[in-house]
Amino acid sequence: MQAFHPKTLDEALAAAADGATPLAGGTDLMVEVNFGKRRPEMVVGLRRIAELREWERSRIGSGVTWRRVERDGPRAYAQAARTVGSPQIRNAATIGGNLGTASPAGDGHPFLAAVDASIEIASTSGRRLVPWYEFFTGPKQNALQPGELITAVVLPERLPERHEFGKVGVRNAMVISTVCCVVTRDTEGSTTVALGSVGPTPIRVPAAEEMISAEPSPSDSALGEFARLVSEGVRPITDHRSTEEYRRHAAGVLARRLLERCLA
Amino acid sequence: MTVNGQPVSAEVEPRTLLVHFLREDLRLTGTHVGCETGYCGACTVHVDGEPVKSCTMFAVQADGANVTTIEGIASNGDLHPVQEGFWERHGLQCGYCTPGMIMSSVALLSKNDRPSEEEIRHGIEGNLCRCTGYHNIVQAVQFAAARMRGEEPPAADWEGGE
Repeated sequence: MQAFHPKTLDEALAAAADGATPLAGGTDLMVEVNFGKRRPEMVVGLRRIAELREWERSRIGSGVTWRRVERDGPRAYAQAARTVGSPQIRNAATIGGNLGTASPAGDGHPFLAAVDASIEIASTSGRRLVPWYEFFTGPKQNALQPGELITAVVLPERLPERHEFGKVGVRNAMVISTVCCVVTRDTEGSTTVALGSVGPTPIRVPAAEEMISAEPSPSDSALGEFARLVSEGVRPITDHRSTEEYRRHAAGVLARRLLERCLA
Repeated sequence: MTVNGQPVSAEVEPRTLLVHFLREDLRLTGTHVGCETGYCGACTVHVDGEPVKSCTMFAVQADGANVTTIEGIASNGDLHPVQEGFWERHGLQCGYCTPGMIMSSVALLSKNDRPSEEEIRHGIEGNLCRCTGYHNIVQAVQFAAARMRGEEPPAADWEGGE
């Protein structure tokens, strides 16, 4: 195996064009390497590239660690960051790596979906901006083409007034989500709800959003209907972490709880 | 790289994990290898002052970095207050998780000198212990926090109260 540790993005893109496997925090890739599931011949380390760690307002470099998002991110993104792995993992793992892995259970994804963020991707032939819903293409699959690297997450200039993240897992510490969710609510009532771990990609539930956005001050029964529509709108599977039925139920309960926090 | 204040240099295979470099090349065997997946935290060391898991990092990624292991936190033969806390409050049984647990605790206390029980539990969430149930580890960190503030550590919960 060869390993490059360039200081500039251009050098990293050249290595990626030659087929090098990108390595950021290593918290996903290295597990596969240690278990012999992947044997990259060429690795390009991204940690030394200062440009990827830049964070200017709504443009967050892909090399920004979860530790920084936990400390400096917008509320729901920071809440999500706090539940990513553990302190050691948050110190190493990056928001770009989370997107590169594109796990359906990625805790960072619902926020990006809820606020309609885009992912900036670069290659030696230029840069492109991909909306989140085109970026995630399936479980652990994304729109990245060979030779491309994720360079940034681009949030909208203005975020909704309120936004809250929550997750359900089998234990409190360092757990992979059974369901994770972000609900946003803006001043005029416009509401979004995005969930992870309950479908092949992060998903929004438009039916629930439309119904509750029309309620300026939702009654108890409106909140119940919102939860029901979320449960109905998700597409979970049964796997070793949970069952389809439980995930459906938990998605509705969690979304309602987060909406109530937004309304409080 | 610098390890525990000493400059070290070596030629290693790019595939060598940092933890294996520390243990096998430098013979610093206090850092343990547990799961090799980033779950257990036994391999926790500080790289440039931040705790990370040395089993999911190539040694070459730490080229030029400042690395601190469990061997590097005592000074002049005196235990670090966190080590003392684990001793005094029985924060270990088998000891396998202890070096990593201590490195996470040291990092936590460097950012927060008066952590609540909840903050301590959140700070060590990346370290698994199969013996203690964490209860005494929390007391060990509380002991160390008090020591580092120059205060008398709180009594252990099995002391006094009669």
